[in-house]
Amino acid sequence: MPTAEDVKARIEATIPGSTADVESQDNVHFSARVVAAAFAGLSRIEQHRLVYAAFEGELGGDIHALQLKTETP
Amino acid sequence: MSEQAPHSNPIRDAIAQAIDENPVILFMKGTPDQPRCGFSARTAGALQALGAPFAAVDILPDPRIREELSALSNWPTIPQLFVNGELVGGADIVGEMFESGELAKTLGVEQPEERPVEEPAVGPRPLGIDNRLS
Repeated sequence: MPTAEDVKARIEATIPGSTADVESQDNVHFSARVVAAAFAGLSRIEQHRLVYAAFEGELGGDIHALQLKTETP
Repeated sequence: MSEQAPHSNPIRDAIAQAIDENPVILFMKGTPDQPRCGFSARTAGALQALGAPFAAVDILPDPRIREELSALSNWPTIPQLFVNGELVGGADIVGEMFESGELAKTLGVEQPEERPVEEPAVGPRPLGIDNRLS
């Protein structure tokens, strides 16, 4: 079961230069705030897709829910 | 391989048609009156708070609906809100847009009087336990 630390590491590895603050009380539901220069010029939809790309096929599975807030630095 | 028709995917076609025919359509778990997931409840609630008419599709009765929807929209999670054929977002994006007034603008309706803008800015919301799938 992934921990908040795992989720943070995955996001930061997938989006170079990003910073992710991840919280979870149960290692199933996660809440993340991701700051990345790579988000600049992208719509919110596209920003969230970049983050989701770190969890191909796992959202809805091991990662039950990922509440997401994306920002540029 | 040649036997497979390129367009024999009735579920995906039906989803595409529903998105095409309904200016505002929400794919969710449960129904607006009986949502089966906290994220779906919140998203339907935002639309209801704005008094915007919307179509709603419950994706739970058949797992293929969700599979085909996500394949079509390139979006892994539920709910999904479409306006004029375009994916607007899931619960987080719709929630942000509701609070900023952007959702009302997108839907062409008035933002209600009591705007939640005066709420103190707080950090990430705590995770609710109401989000579990049943």
